[in-house]
Parts: sequence; structure tokens; C-alpha cells
Amino acid sequence: MIQLQTEEGVLSTFDRETLLSWYRQMILIRRVEEEAATAYQRGHIGGFLHLYIGEEAVAVGALNALRPDDNVVVHYRDHGHALARGLPARAVMAELFGKATGCSRGKGGSMHLADATKRFWGGYAIVGGQLALAAGIALADQYAGHERITICFFGDGATNNGYFLESLNLAAVWHLPVIWVCENNSYGMGTSVERASAVTEIYRKACAYNTPAEQIDGQDLLEVYAAVRRAADHVRAGHGPYFIEAVTYRYRGHSMGDPERYRSKEEIERWARHDPIERFKRFLIEEGISLEMLESIHAEVEEEVQDALRFASESPPPPPEALWEDVYAAPAAGDPFILPPAVAPAQ
Amino acid sequence: MAEITYREAVRRALVEEMRRDERVFIMGEEVGVWGGTYAVTRGLLDEFGEKRVRDTPISELVIAGAAVGAAMNGLRPVAEIMTVNFALLSLDAIVNHAAKVRYMFGGQFNCPMVLRTTAGWGQLSATHSQTFENYFAHVPGLKVIMPGTPKDAYGLLKSAIRDPDPVVFIEHTHLYRVRGEVPDEEFTLPIGRSEVKRPGRDVTVVAYSRMLHEALQAADELAEEEGIECEVVDIPTLRPLDLEPIIRSFQRTYRAVLATEQWLGYGLDAEIAAQIYEHAFDYLDAPIRRVTARPVPLPYSRDLERLALPGKDEIKQAVLEVVR
Repeated sequence: MIQLQTEEGVLSTFDRETLLSWYRQMILIRRVEEEAATAYQRGHIGGFLHLYIGEEAVAVGALNALRPDDNVVVHYRDHGHALARGLPARAVMAELFGKATGCSRGKGGSMHLADATKRFWGGYAIVGGQLALAAGIALADQYAGHERITICFFGDGATNNGYFLESLNLAAVWHLPVIWVCENNSYGMGTSVERASAVTEIYRKACAYNTPAEQIDGQDLLEVYAAVRRAADHVRAGHGPYFIEAVTYRYRGHSMGDPERYRSKEEIERWARHDPIERFKRFLIEEGISLEMLESIHAEVEEEVQDALRFASESPPPPPEALWEDVYAAPAAGDPFILPPAVAPAQ
Repeated sequence: MAEITYREAVRRALVEEMRRDERVFIMGEEVGVWGGTYAVTRGLLDEFGEKRVRDTPISELVIAGAAVGAAMNGLRPVAEIMTVNFALLSLDAIVNHAAKVRYMFGGQFNCPMVLRTTAGWGQLSATHSQTFENYFAHVPGLKVIMPGTPKDAYGLLKSAIRDPDPVVFIEHTHLYRVRGEVPDEEFTLPIGRSEVKRPGRDVTVVAYSRMLHEALQAADELAEEEGIECEVVDIPTLRPLDLEPIIRSFQRTYRAVLATEQWLGYGLDAEIAAQIYEHAFDYLDAPIRRVTARPVPLPYSRDLERLALPGKDEIKQAVLEVVR
């Protein structure tokens, strides 16, 4: 058993399996994304591909601090959160490949992974849009008297538009059970926080909405875990929303094909020296976990990733009729503009 | 059968649906304590309490966006945006989220929400007098309703609240005091039905919302003054659009006038004209005429405003031109 210490004392005691499963999730996210980048360059993945590499500790630390039936709402850089939530690598990779077996049946792609059965409400690609949805999802649970809480992730860039203001304000006014997690990776696309935001310590913005907030090291898995546990206790107790700014960094471009004129190689290398996976690995080794054990996890993950690639590659594309499916709840007759009279509302 | 106002019809639909289904709730600016800017929700706070009649900050974007999230997670929100002018601030949540969450996640989520809002004018000048139903009607995934009568407002709002898809429901401020017969027993009307509101053999006039009343009055006057019988087809649902009554009517009259309060250009009228050309080209005896607002920002001056907006006189003139 391993004890997780925080300033307030012992937070939790974990068995090794739990900690190793977190390590495994981070490795899985990184390897899935490295392979996705290669598949993108080979033309197997289209559209935009926003990689989370470097930020893995935020999703893994945060989602493991919640209950399995809590709600998760994410931005478009969503592969890491999906995998940390337990979406199968197969379903994620198949979605990236645009296949019928993908978690969104090939309709969403990289930016729109979702799994309703895991209360993973999806990745959203209008910056800030998911904050309003998260407020509504949390409202529904509060309304129904559920204990569930909602965690909503967004980038530093999202804190400069109207969705942020309106959603944080409404959540505070209505005491909605939401944890806001800002993944501050220093850049909104290629514009640095310093050039885009009057306040560069993003967590300070939350005080305008009377929402308790803290800034944490997002590259430290255990710190993320501890902060989200604190936040979850606060929110679940009915004290209203809580705000976390996780300072993190993406090693890759904003998306594939980013010329990266806005930052230096040295900056990336500086951050990579504090790589979240390496840091957690050192912690595990200090706690007496053997290198062999960790290597066996790498081997297992490798098998899973290769299997996911095979599965994605061999899966069929969505059938042509899928084009017309799910525009509306009732099946359309080939033209969603002029629905047949049969599509009258359910009585 | 009672004769009630359009406002009372909307309120009755809201009250009945809230009594019927615990998941239905109202959120919007001034819907509670104030009783609704147009007094539609008056009394609802007393009956249903603050949990179900929720005053919001002036935050059109999150009103719409939170309604989407609440609908996805099992509620039946009726979000009110005071006027359609302010709904432009909600547009992203409606177009990019309400209309998309079912499709882009492969059918995993529902979005059974209603966005109630109003069109209308009255010396409110450029930013408070507009009507944007075509913005919404353009979008696959949305349903758009713009009722013209108390009965339609009642029956269609009830259906909209029960519908599994997002519905934009646009009332007209000039119609709130209009009275009409609404059966006392509860009923719903199907979304996606057009209806002949006045039969006639000479010209098909397609209209909705306030222009339906202008068209009906124009038709009465034309019958009396000129012996011309207009067939007035109402399209209370704009999307999905039930074309059949329009086409069937046109195939008997060979002439059409399309009346809307929208600006001339890129509007619903153009879509309906295109549909008539596509489905009934061989029946065309005269160019289809459109009666619309003049394509200028709405002015304050009463005299200028009157010039900018269409009414029964323009409909009468257009009918005379197509029968000539």
C-alpha cells in the first residue's frame, strides 16, 4: 500500500495496482497519440488532430479522482480524457480513422469522441462551448437530486470568450455541481497567454465569480489527483463550483501541421525535462516498484495499441445510409429538410 | 370551446406540460418574478416555484447552451430568449451544439429542448425589430415553429416540448392579444404540417405568423372588392416544411404570392419559391411574387417603419399583379 501525502496530511492510501493502472493510462494515451500522428502522416486520419502529448497527467489525475458515474465534458483535444475515462483504444482509434466501429460511429472524428454509457459527454470544438453544456448537464443532476458532479475541461484560450464568463457566472449563481479545470498549456493555438489574456494566472479569473480556485502543477499526477479530490468533496457537498488551473504543456503543435513559429525548441525541451510520465515513474520506483514491472506495462500497452490500429484499419467505413441517420431522433426518409408526416412528435 | 388569446394559449401549453412532466422547466430572463417580459409566464413562479421557473442573468449564450446540456442529461428545458434579436447571442449554442449533438456523436445523445423567443416590432428601431427564422430553419437538426393562431401556438408548443429534437419556437409580439378558438380538452398538433386556412381557387398565398393574418384580411377584401378568391396556406412549421398543401394548392391556382416579414433576399420565401419551381413548374402561369420587408435596417420613425414593413395592402397588390 502507498500513502499519498498532501499538505493536509494523508489524502488516500492506494494499492500498487491502482497506481500502476494510472501509469498504464498515461502510457496508453501517449502511445495511442504517437501512433495517431504517424497514421495521420500516412493519410489514415483526416481533418484536425490535436495531440495531448505532455498533458497526460491532467486527465489521468483528474478523472481517477472522480466516481465512474460523474460527468465528463471536454474540449477538442480529447483523446487523453477519453482513454483515461476508459473508452477502449479500439473505439478511439477507429473513430480517428472515421470507421463505423468508432465511438461516435465515424461521425465525429478526433474532436468529437464520446461514450454516453461512461457519461463521457464528448469533446467539443467551438472554444468554450462545452462550458455552457457542462453547466446544463450539472443543472440536470442538481434538479434530479443526484449526487453526481460534472467536470469540465478547457484550455487557457477558452477563458477569454463569452462562454467562460456566462458559464462560470451561472454555475456560481445557481451553485451548480461543476469542477472547472483549465488546462493552461501557455498557448491558445499559437498565441501565448501573455499576449492574449490580461490575467496570466488564469485561476485568478474565478474570483470574479466568487468561485474558489487554485493553481496546480499539471505535470504532477498526484498533485492533480489531490486537487480534484478536494474539488470533488467541495462540489459534492453542495458548496457550488470549484476552479482548478492545471499548468501544463503540449509538446506537439496545436494540431498537425503547426509551423510552431511562436515558441522555441529550448522551451519544449525545458518542459520535457519535467515530463509527467517520467516524474510519476520516478515516484513509483522510489515506492519500490521494479523496472521490470513497468516494462511489462509498456509491453502490454504496446500490444493494445497495435491491436487498436489493426482494428481501426480493418473496420468498415460507415455505410452510405449513415449519412442520413441521427440528424433527427426519428429516422428520416432520406431528406431531413422535409420529413415525412410519420415524423410527428411522440404523444 | 373557449376563445382565448395567443398569450393565454402559450401559457396554457406551458402550464399543462409542466403539470404533466416533472422534467419540464423554464429558464430565461425575467420569466419568474417579473412574469415574463410579454407576461406569458405570469403566475408560473407561484405554481411551480423557483426550481422550475428559473430567472437567469442576461446571458443568452449560456441560457441556450445550458439548455442543451440539461436536455442531453434528461430534462426538458424550455429556454426563453426575450426576443429573436437577442437570440443571435445564442446562435452558437443552438447551431453548433443543439443541432449537432445527436449527429456528431453517432446518435448517442438526445436534445429535447425548446427555445422560445419572439419576433415583432413597434418603433423599436434597428436592433429590436428583426425576424430571423430563416437563420434557424437553414440548419439540419433543428425544427422551427412560428405559429399564427392561438390554437396552433397551443398545440404546437405542447408537441415541441414533447419532441425529442431541439425546437426553435418563435412567437410574434403583435399576436399575443389576438383571440381564437382553442378546444377546452387537451390536444397536441403534429409538427411539420402546413394547413389551408382559407380555401380559394384563384391564387395561392403562403404566409405564417403575423403575415397569416394580413393574408387572411387581404383575401377577404379581395373577394369582396375584386371577386378574387385567394387560398391562404399557413406554414406554422418552417422546418421540416410540409410542402404538400402548398404544391397541391398551386396546382389548382397556377399562381402564388409568398408573404413574410423577413427582408427581401435569401429568405424563407425564396426557398418556398424554389420548391414550387422544382415540384410544379408545369403549372406556373405567372411569376411567383414575394411580399417582404424592405431590405433596410428597421427605422424608428413611425412613418418610415410603416414603409419598411409589409402588410395586407402589399399582399393585395401582389395578388392583383399575378392574376392580371
